[in-house]
Amino acid sequence: MFQETQQNIKHKKTERLFRILFLMMVLLLITPVLMILGTLIVKGGPAISLEFLFTNPTNGMTEGGLFPALLGTIWLVVVALLASVPLGIAAALYLSEYAPDNWLTRAINLAIVNLAGVPSIVHALFGVGAFVIFFDFGTSILAASLTLAVMTLPVVIVATRESLQAVPQAFREACWNMGATRWQTIRRVVLPNAISGILTGIILEVSRTAGETAPIMFTGAAFYLPFLPESVFDQTMALALHLFVVATQVPNVPPSMPYGVALVLISIVLLFNAMSITFRMYLRGQKKW
Amino acid sequence: MVNPSQDAPAQAKNKKVLIENLEIKYGDTVALTDVNLDIEANEIYGIIGPANSGKTSFLNCINRMDDMRPNMSTTGRVWFNGIDVTNWRNLYSLRRQIGVVFPLPVGLPLTVYNNVALAPQLSGINKKADLDEIVERCLRRAALWDEVKDRLDSLGSLLSGGQQQRLTIARALSQEPDLLMLDEFSIAVDPVTTMRIEDVLKELKKEMTIILVTNLVQQAQRLADRTAFFLNGRMVEMGKTEDLFAGKVQHQETLDYIEGRFG
Ligand SMILES: Nc1ncnc2c1ncn2[C@@H]1O[C@H](COP(=O)(O)OP(=O)(O)O)[C@@H](O)[C@H]1O
Ligand SMILES: [Mg+2]
Repeated sequence: MFQETQQNIKHKKTERLFRILFLMMVLLLITPVLMILGTLIVKGGPAISLEFLFTNPTNGMTEGGLFPALLGTIWLVVVALLASVPLGIAAALYLSEYAPDNWLTRAINLAIVNLAGVPSIVHALFGVGAFVIFFDFGTSILAASLTLAVMTLPVVIVATRESLQAVPQAFREACWNMGATRWQTIRRVVLPNAISGILTGIILEVSRTAGETAPIMFTGAAFYLPFLPESVFDQTMALALHLFVVATQVPNVPPSMPYGVALVLISIVLLFNAMSITFRMYLRGQKKW
Repeated sequence: MVNPSQDAPAQAKNKKVLIENLEIKYGDTVALTDVNLDIEANEIYGIIGPANSGKTSFLNCINRMDDMRPNMSTTGRVWFNGIDVTNWRNLYSLRRQIGVVFPLPVGLPLTVYNNVALAPQLSGINKKADLDEIVERCLRRAALWDEVKDRLDSLGSLLSGGQQQRLTIARALSQEPDLLMLDEFSIAVDPVTTMRIEDVLKELKKEMTIILVTNLVQQAQRLADRTAFFLNGRMVEMGKTEDLFAGKVQHQETLDYIEGRFG
């Protein structure tokens, strides 16, 4: 049969070399993640209990649970989603499906990409100026969530635009030639085929806002509140800030507590991610073209 | 287009399509120029010519798809059913009267049923019974019904290439078109399916006008009543198909192309 040539053997060697190299990179990358998770579970695990999850902090936040912060984070993320998702999708639809390809559109696209790189503390200051003071929402869930929404908007727009552009142009052409308007085309063909990508992208990005501290610190999140928020105009506690507080601001906190808070926070983010990944896998299973 | 439309000239009224001095540009580049032709009702009008000669651009002008392409501009006049297409108030209604089939089969990522029901739905037909009837009739006419009647709910984009091309024909028919434009439909289709579609077209000719852009010279010979030859952005000539293929041509280039001496 075929003899292995010198060339072949050499190729095989480089092939093996690169495989090992890439594998090592991957291991290197996941090491810190595993270490963080491991530390959190070992040190924070003992703190986790139903009581920890569902009661108020007591005794100057050195005992009790983190329920107000947990609930607050969910409020903040949900309201932020409600604001940024419709707005972001609409903007992306316009940019990808309607806007003419001219310098203005290109400038806007560039601006959006750059906006995604603005540090969150800058967004925080913007939020104070715009929502807390100018719109007079005060420091409240609404102001904090809108600040988070503004911060995530660029990412939402980019994720949506990419999903829209992954839908083959031929589908649009076919619809237009049939006498469909742009909107009919979007509604019947483009959106149904982009929506999985849009949603998973958005969930992934927005779940990260659960961990943001700076944007909410001055706009709506409180150090400690003895009551739960009742409307979006109330202030609230939030996990990320609570973690900062129990880790650095309050004396005599049992050492397992900050780890417990961090573990809950990370679990929420991972839960969101897992949801979006399963969702995406489910939709991938029914690939349409 | 520049001129506002006056009343259509008499000859436009009894033609399905009449083209005068059509010129198409992309930006500053002329893609097709100096086209004058007319298409009779219920004829199959063949258009042959090598790639990039302007055939697709020509079709795009008739259903005003230039409107969707920012860099495309046209001058000259195009009458469809005696009405200047630039004066058509509602471009969507113009496009609904003209069915289009593309070179590569485009099964929309909808079910087989919805691929065919989409156009009627867009024009306001929503009763299930009506849609069922349209879907079956159009699939039958496109010679696809027997193959897909048991899987109307599976995705159209998962059918084989030949089936998808017949699906797009069924979809075009669901618009109840007056004019059917086929753009090199057989490019990605096996010979057997091509023959079946050709038979379908011969039947359809009784009810509608067909413009058949084709990369196969023999296909034009088999189907077209009259044929136009496009080359390098010009219409070189047009005539009765049998005349052209009998060698009665005005330009040597036409004969060379028909006989496969270049292309
Ligand atoms: N969207 C477009 N933008 C710029 N040029 C185009 C576009 N579409 C077609 N052209 C040009 O117009 C000419 C005619 O193209 P086309 O009508 O597609 O020819 P055919 O269908 O005969 O192959 C070609 O030179 C092509 O490069
Ligand atoms: Mg073409």
